[in-house]
Amino acid sequence: MNNPIIEISGLEKIYRVGDVEVPALRGVDLTVGRGEFLSVVGPSGSGKSTLFHIVGGLTSPSSGAVIVDGRDMANLTDIERTRLRRGKVGFIFQKYNLLPTLTAMDNILMARHFSGANGQPLSEQFNDLLKLLGIQHRLHHKPRALSGGEQQRVAIARALVNHPAILLADEPTGNLDTQNSDRVLSILRDLNQRLGQTILMITHNPEAAAYGHRTVTMRDGRLREE
Amino acid sequence: MINRLVIENLKHRRLRTMLSALSIGFQVTMILAVVGLSRGMLQDSQNRARGAGADIFVKPPAASAISLGGANMPEKMIEAFFIRQPRVVRAAGTLVQPIGGISTVTGVQFDDFAAMSGIRFLEGGRFKDKFDVVIDEYYAEQNMKEVGHTVRFLNTDWRVTGIIEAGKLARIIAPLATLQEITSNTGKISQVLLKLDDSKATPAVITALKNTPGLEGYSIYSVEEFVSMFSIDNVPGLKAFIYVIIGLSIVIGFLVVWLTMYTTVLERTREIGILKALGASPADIVNILLRETLVLALVGWAAGIGLSYAANAAINTLVKASLQSVIVYDWWPIVAAIAIFASLLGATWPGLRAARQDAIEALAYE
Repeated sequence: MNNPIIEISGLEKIYRVGDVEVPALRGVDLTVGRGEFLSVVGPSGSGKSTLFHIVGGLTSPSSGAVIVDGRDMANLTDIERTRLRRGKVGFIFQKYNLLPTLTAMDNILMARHFSGANGQPLSEQFNDLLKLLGIQHRLHHKPRALSGGEQQRVAIARALVNHPAILLADEPTGNLDTQNSDRVLSILRDLNQRLGQTILMITHNPEAAAYGHRTVTMRDGRLREE
Repeated sequence: MINRLVIENLKHRRLRTMLSALSIGFQVTMILAVVGLSRGMLQDSQNRARGAGADIFVKPPAASAISLGGANMPEKMIEAFFIRQPRVVRAAGTLVQPIGGISTVTGVQFDDFAAMSGIRFLEGGRFKDKFDVVIDEYYAEQNMKEVGHTVRFLNTDWRVTGIIEAGKLARIIAPLATLQEITSNTGKISQVLLKLDDSKATPAVITALKNTPGLEGYSIYSVEEFVSMFSIDNVPGLKAFIYVIIGLSIVIGFLVVWLTMYTTVLERTREIGILKALGASPADIVNILLRETLVLALVGWAAGIGLSYAANAAINTLVKASLQSVIVYDWWPIVAAIAIFASLLGATWPGLRAARQDAIEALAYE
């Protein structure tokens, strides 16, 4: 694969629960190309989320190499992983995870604040994105005044405000009805096609997985190409 | 952006924010009230000492300048010595007797004392019989006493014959002879007040008195020296008491903020996870919580100052004969520092706990 954005080899993650070691990832190899839309499917507990957390820099691997946009995540300190997260990774969660006390716009600006771009005007490209997401008129509402579909679209905007190298979507349609799911998935595909945004999406739903270029399956901490 | 998050978070839990700020406010009020009371009481004593109209106060050996009682001077010294001194135009002896708490009754020869202090009656007049007393307006108001009423102290019923304006040495004035008799101090007084023909002569008269054989060991003060001794430093234990109150306030403020911030951190576990996913560092998380705490402390401080005005008004209205309070502006920055210190101390542990919170666990928190 030319110019891969994610290169994972021999990735292992072992959680320690008391005296018991629980392996979550048992040697994962994966390469994701720049601009690729990859779907990751698999049963609960198969290690999908752990894989995302490591790629997103929320936790460190036990062993193996994880190179994201040229940086090896395996050897970073907490502070370095935090810095990496600010610029290179955007997260979308099943439960939207908007900050409930802030308006939609402030949620977006908060992500921008941590990237260090506080106070700079939003780019033309980002304003186009807000139009694409159809949330411009809802930006001054707090999450509790927004529908699930709107909250998830705000979360997408927040994830993309810093123009991350990769967008990690963990069950982005898990809490949405069919109509809103289709809308969110179409938006993700659009972002991928129009902006070349690299997307990794975890899903249980084969129809959702079909929106990606490629689907990989996780089972018992190992990866299998469909 | 962080400030907006801080304000929105505080607004989100209005009741808790208000209660926490109010708790810090009470801590602030407690200190301001104690210092205000201490200073108010001392200022009131100063005003009353000045109101006596004397230029010089003479106290017997071993008497504390601001002691409440004791009578170790022979009354005879007035006639035999003090009134005969050059420049002295009036001399009045007083006997001060504690009657419970910090209240006292002062025994005087009415004519001598009235001439010196310029007593003005608001109601009634001087005492005529043995068990008559004159009270000041504050005492009358607080205890709802009028001329003809009876007041009881030293196991004796006294009839009120007059109410005088406040600020004339004493709140309750009784006949000197009666007070000497019932306190077994016949012929003795607590202090002598001297009035000169010209107050400019005060230093010279004091020097002369100090050099008089037989007056060794007597404390002789000008009125200004005398009132300057009414300070927090000169009241035994008062400073320590104020320090204890400050210490208690710090502990209370610390515990209140600890509890508030601890529940805040628990309640916002998921949000802390979100912030970390957005790229917040542990220092960012601590920063947010400390700013919230700072706002609580400042709002609490302002509330505390407001409450201290209420406490001040209540004291000076309801119990003005027993207690006097003043607003102590110079302590506002001190209590601000105390409130901020105690609050930040209380927020430290919850803040560090939040900063160490694992982002993935926090995001999974329901």
